[in-house]
Amino acid sequence: MSTSPRDWSSHPPYVYPDYKSTVLRGPTRPLIPLKHTLSERTGPVYGHDSLGALDNDLTRNGRRNGEPLGERIVVTGRVTDEAGRPVRNTLVEVWQANAAGRYVHKVDQHDAPLDPNFLGGGRCVTDDEGRYRFYSIKPGAYPWGNHHNAWRPNHIHFSLLGPSIATRLVTQMYFPGDPLLDLDPIFQGTPEAARSRLISKFSIDVTEPSFALGYVFDIVLRGASATPMEV
Amino acid sequence: MAFRQTPSQTVGPYFAYGLTPQQYGYDFASIATPVVADETVSGQRIRIVGRVFDGAGAPVNDAMIEIWQADGQGRYAAPGGASNAAFRGFGRCGTGTDPQNRYFFDTVKPGAVGDGQAPHVAVTVFMRGLLTHAYTRIYFSDEAEANAGDPVLASVPAERRDTLIAKREEGDSGIVYRFDIHMQGERETVFFDV
Ligand SMILES: [Fe+3]
Repeated sequence: MSTSPRDWSSHPPYVYPDYKSTVLRGPTRPLIPLKHTLSERTGPVYGHDSLGALDNDLTRNGRRNGEPLGERIVVTGRVTDEAGRPVRNTLVEVWQANAAGRYVHKVDQHDAPLDPNFLGGGRCVTDDEGRYRFYSIKPGAYPWGNHHNAWRPNHIHFSLLGPSIATRLVTQMYFPGDPLLDLDPIFQGTPEAARSRLISKFSIDVTEPSFALGYVFDIVLRGASATPMEV
Repeated sequence: MAFRQTPSQTVGPYFAYGLTPQQYGYDFASIATPVVADETVSGQRIRIVGRVFDGAGAPVNDAMIEIWQADGQGRYAAPGGASNAAFRGFGRCGTGTDPQNRYFFDTVKPGAVGDGQAPHVAVTVFMRGLLTHAYTRIYFSDEAEANAGDPVLASVPAERRDTLIAKREEGDSGIVYRFDIHMQGERETVFFDV
């Protein structure tokens, strides 16, 4: 079965000059339409057996001599297609800065402390209802060089495979009420009507008493093309 | 209730410890690496290597390339496909660990799938500054006859087809196909609306 097209009214354009790196990196020629073949209708499968025991718990998978610092969070949501059907058994990979806004990555030069007990990378697989769930630490905001006094809002990077390479999605989850969202060219590069889909919701029901604040982030991947598109 | 697609966002510059941790030396297992086929997989062993260039002609040192391909007999390791258990056919490589910012994949040359397409590899490109990933394909320079009959290549303006053809080189270490990706400029690689 083929996959519905990328909804370009939902995705950012390749060149969005306020985000300076796009100017020399985004393709400038029109994309060539490609009628899906077996190559686009298939993709790699990673199930639960691909996961390490602590992959879904970023509060534990980087520990050396204690607990990571920061606000514990639990993040969950449903991965569905555009008809609301669950996307089952699909890999969800996440990575993020620590509570101080610092990435472990070697080229991150931000003058904020590394946390010896926090790596910031994890992964999980969706269940039969398309649900995923992982534990982490709320990531801090961090400065970047795009423009004077530029700060990225708190965010967690997400990577999803879905059923085929056509459903591949890399995105970022933001947090509700973040004043930096209005000032962030990466978030603002998203068409206005679609931006709210990138912001997670705080949930007292997901929140675990005396342990971790709960956030819900549902994700919609491209679906089967037989499905009429809802507007 | 409307279910609209979740917008794409850039992979950013710091994807390595999440998506390609082993390659970059982090203490976290990778689910996919530049080694797509080890010695146990049958087929013609090849290395695909290349660089990613921005619109100023500078090599990009923080891109991530993914490939998806059939095995040497044209079989995808996918549900419903005649899969080859030893071969997943999926690889990932960042451009930040090589001094020349090359990416590489050690794999087997894919066979034709049998639907009239020439042997090819599906490529997905991610990087800082790319808000939505880009899709392209690798074809092989020594498959001129099959390439001439390939419907996807035929849909590409003739003067741009060359951007999709990896050049075969035979070196001491074996067969290498060189495939550079140009994000912009006169030789801008053909990207598909997959
Ligand atoms: Fe980030």
